[in-house]
Amino acid sequence: MEKEDPGLYDYWPYVNRPKITWPGGARLAFWVAPNIEYYELDPPANPSRKAWARPAPDVVPYAQRDYGNRVGHWRMMEIMDRYGVRGSVSLNVAVCDHHPEIIDACKERGWEFFSHGIYNTRYCYGMDEAQERAIIEDAFETVEKHTAQKIAGWLAPALTHTERTMDLLAEYGVKYTCDLFCDDQPQPVKVESGRFISIPYSLEMNDIIVYNVQRQAPRRYAEMLKANFDQLYEEGAESGTVMCIPLHAYAVGTPHRIDAFAEALDYITSHDGVWVTTGREIADYYLEHHYDDAVSAIAAHNAGR
Amino acid sequence: MPLPDEHLRYPLRRYGMDQDWYDWALQPERKPVAWPGGARIALWLVPALEFFPLNQPAKPFKAPGGMVTPYPDLRHYTLRDYGNRVGVFRVFKVLDRLGITASVAMNAKVAERAPFLVEEVNRRGWEIIAYGVDMGRLHYGGMDIEEETALIKDSVETLRGVSGQPVTGWLSPAKSESMNTLDLVAAQGIEYVCDWISDDMPFPLRTKSGEIHSLPLSHEISDQMILHQYQHSEQDFVDQVTDQFDVLYREATPEDGRIMTLTIHPWMSGQPHRIKHLERALAHIMGHDGVWSATGAEILAAYKTQAGPA
Repeated sequence: MEKEDPGLYDYWPYVNRPKITWPGGARLAFWVAPNIEYYELDPPANPSRKAWARPAPDVVPYAQRDYGNRVGHWRMMEIMDRYGVRGSVSLNVAVCDHHPEIIDACKERGWEFFSHGIYNTRYCYGMDEAQERAIIEDAFETVEKHTAQKIAGWLAPALTHTERTMDLLAEYGVKYTCDLFCDDQPQPVKVESGRFISIPYSLEMNDIIVYNVQRQAPRRYAEMLKANFDQLYEEGAESGTVMCIPLHAYAVGTPHRIDAFAEALDYITSHDGVWVTTGREIADYYLEHHYDDAVSAIAAHNAGR
Repeated sequence: MPLPDEHLRYPLRRYGMDQDWYDWALQPERKPVAWPGGARIALWLVPALEFFPLNQPAKPFKAPGGMVTPYPDLRHYTLRDYGNRVGVFRVFKVLDRLGITASVAMNAKVAERAPFLVEEVNRRGWEIIAYGVDMGRLHYGGMDIEEETALIKDSVETLRGVSGQPVTGWLSPAKSESMNTLDLVAAQGIEYVCDWISDDMPFPLRTKSGEIHSLPLSHEISDQMILHQYQHSEQDFVDQVTDQFDVLYREATPEDGRIMTLTIHPWMSGQPHRIKHLERALAHIMGHDGVWSATGAEILAAYKTQAGPA
């Protein structure tokens, strides 16, 4: 039966929380999460969602996404190199098979790899537990084989979940999810076993949401990113915040858009008190220093309401 | 009931692409391509001359810019026709003033209904790209192959007949193709296709009639996309076109050129309040040294003399 509340976290207001500190006394943890994806030309049709608007081959969106891998990725990576930002890669793990050159280039730069499913054209809707376990195991094995990294984070493929997704991820030892957009600070997530957290990933700052859903112009995106940073940086003086820029090379990496991203990175990284980091590092630090306090504070808030 | 097993099978999970039309290739590993005269940028300007039939079917969807209201949608029919009667001449004057060569993507129906426009293109020595029959007859996955063969022959033969040009470029209406489109256009002597926006540079395509090329025509850098679909302002249009150019110009060298493409719909950019914005954007581009204004066929010819495996 469908539920009215996902049951993953309790209401916990953004006031009177235990103070979050970041390494080096930073006010804000800043991470950039490039989605490196493969969209299949003609995948099997999930009963709940079509991969493409047009009957296959849907040439424009297919080719546009391929552009991200062939061209846009290299432009995006150059900007990140310039400002010393390591990516936390939201990876369709099949890219390891299709385009290992991209994986190698990220690996050389010390980027993190977390999982974004197998393909962005395979959805979890309708999967039973064994099927969902199979894709999680595939993700762990593929990423470890190609990068020697054990994945620590998860963004559901094309943001498709089942009710058991978070429990399974925690059971397999994933530390953080990027799928919960309810906060600007990391949060404990209620799962059947283990310690599992949510890290702010921000749909609002996601290039695809800004460009393809909100249909904003590139120079406006630079303004939005800087405004988002300014506010979180200001609040971070009181208690540490997290800012994420989720990216897709096919959107941010086109010639007419790349400078807007560079302008934002230049602005953000020129500030003192910004911890330029990765999802895994944020998760490890939070789990070690803040998780227990947060769980106690949430319990106290629940008891006192 | 779980998902059927095929959802966890990945028969095309392999090195490279999941289709055989073209190969995977990274931009940083390409062989450089130098344009004639040491130009850094080949400017490929594509005015799209379209006929939207009043009884446009949604088969399998309506091409962007098509009829909206219940039949008869005189509003959108005449607004689109405005482009071919009035707007196009404003656009052509701007191109003439700036000395820009164009590749005009033309529905065969436009050539039949307004041969005067074909003369205007020929008089300037510009190229005609075959752009299907009209905006109501799309190519799409699952389409009957005989029907599509006839559509392609109609388009290519009509445009060749009216213009006397060889017509070697193809743009699908709404950039929509079937699984057979590339084979079928190649069989009609088409040498390059504009639909595959996978790259900034040309790349080879495999077909049953031998190798042709993809000459990617930007989807985003188009008045229809920026002004009509995104509904950005005219100033935003100018910014995006000039930003696109500036970055490509910065990346290019005389030894390793790039292509700047821009698609113009006279029913959009040819409006009185928009035409000067188009002119400003194009004047910015033409104000730079090392810009080679060329047709798609000329760009492809220059590319083919130099390209090869990296």
